Amino acid sequence: MPAPTRALLLIGPLLLFLALVYVLPFLGILRWSVTLPEPGLEQYRAALTDPLVRSVLWRTLRICAIVTVLSVVLAYIVALIWVRGSPVQRLVVELCILIPFWISVLTRAFGWLALLSNRGIVNGWLQATGLTSDPLTMVRNEFGVVVGMVHFLIPFAVFPLASAMRSVDERVLMAARGMGASRARVFWQVFLPMTRAGVIGAALVVFVFALGFFVTPAILGGGRSVMVAELIYLRIFQSPNWGLGAAISVLLMLAVGAMLAALLRQARPGGGS
Amino acid sequence: MTLLRPGMLATVLAALVAVFLLMPLVAVIPVSFTPNRYLSLPDGEWSLRHYQTLMTNPAWAEGAWLSVRIGLLSSLIATGLALLFSLGIWMIQPRFAALYMGLALLPMVAPPVVSALTLYFFLITLSQFNSVVAYDTWIGVALAHAVMIAPFAVVLITVSLSQLDRRIDLAARSMGASLPTRILRVILPNIRFGVLTALFLTFVLSWEEIGVTLFITSVNAVTLPRLMWMGLRDNIDPAIAAVSVLLIAIVVTVILGKYIAQRLFSERG
Repeated sequence: MPAPTRALLLIGPLLLFLALVYVLPFLGILRWSVTLPEPGLEQYRAALTDPLVRSVLWRTLRICAIVTVLSVVLAYIVALIWVRGSPVQRLVVELCILIPFWISVLTRAFGWLALLSNRGIVNGWLQATGLTSDPLTMVRNEFGVVVGMVHFLIPFAVFPLASAMRSVDERVLMAARGMGASRARVFWQVFLPMTRAGVIGAALVVFVFALGFFVTPAILGGGRSVMVAELIYLRIFQSPNWGLGAAISVLLMLAVGAMLAALLRQARPGGGS
Repeated sequence: MTLLRPGMLATVLAALVAVFLLMPLVAVIPVSFTPNRYLSLPDGEWSLRHYQTLMTNPAWAEGAWLSVRIGLLSSLIATGLALLFSLGIWMIQPRFAALYMGLALLPMVAPPVVSALTLYFFLITLSQFNSVVAYDTWIGVALAHAVMIAPFAVVLITVSLSQLDRRIDLAARSMGASLPTRILRVILPNIRFGVLTALFLTFVLSWEEIGVTLFITSVNAVTLPRLMWMGLRDNIDPAIAAVSVLLIAIVVTVILGKYIAQRLFSERG
């Protein structure tokens, strides 16, 4: 059997499967976006100028930016202990990352509802201790969405950060310390800059994930702080405008593609930085 | 070494983040024992009624069984195709390997909602021609899940192949082993752990998939996550807490079991 035939037999099935079930239908979405309800680029113009869509896009970018900063900062602290802590600390941190990571997004969103809703656990404590008399509204708004998303995304940020931290040469830190730098200075001026690639990688991964987020904002936002993924769902199933939903999807795909290209450039040695 | 351990401040902050990570999982436990029909803490009286609902209302068992069937079919399809693909890339090293790899990983990196819309398009198009592989059927859901989880299997199997010494395959080849023999008798025994991990991970990913499932099911193919979603959206049903506690218990048992098994093996050997 010649090499190309064997290659085709092994590599072909998955690529054929993805082409039929994924790539071809995506072309169908592309067609929807320029033909529904009538041929033309009208839906793209609507997606970029319609005030409702613009406000959703703006909110999505704002929430994604906040979520990215919070997730990366919190993940950095956790990764630091995971990589450089004592063996017991490492084990505890590892469990705290892995257990939520394996648990369904629905269960995690439900947990936040149980904690943060008006009759939830946190409001119960606040009122029992007399700190507040009326329940604080912490879900069905942006606060709840941000909390739920940060919780979901921290593990995804920890992995690239930890791998960047593991590649830092211990001796460089020793040298800085030996030359009289304080511990804080070693961290801010030596360790943090050496893990910069990990920080950028983690931020991009979190941002890209956050952009397409659907379940957490839909549950914890309660329809009140709609993000772009939920908008697409609404345009397909609730107040149908398939052309607009398709056009927003195509734009979202392009935005994510551009960011992934930036990530790949950044990851390639010699590229980016 | 002690010199460069994280300081007190970092340790305290990390402990707070750890609490943040575990808090919502712990919170569902008391809620699942509430005697009330709405989301609340048990106030003095603890009740098992929501666990009883899971047993008596057949919808939960049906949803779980449907999710198991979809998980098995989709993880077998995805892992099988991913295994062939990864073997092809590793053994033959074709010219456009990076391009093929990019295509294979596409569903993993594309925004989930775009994938969901794409798979919705795929299934409603098929619905015009048949009713087996169609919108709101279990085989349709399994195919859609297979697309979404295949990239994860590709990553895991490729990683375990990259740790394999290429020379053992070259040795088999130079002694005249055919392609199937090299795969079945030389390579597979060496990467079986990676393949099993891929099978397990893809099953779990399908078992808890909700983003795509929401787009491609309505009333017939109600998987367990879809059932939970319905209980979460309108009136929050404490039965969700009981399901969640069971799911968390499974995950914690598996993870702790793995640690204990590793500890036992490393002590013996």
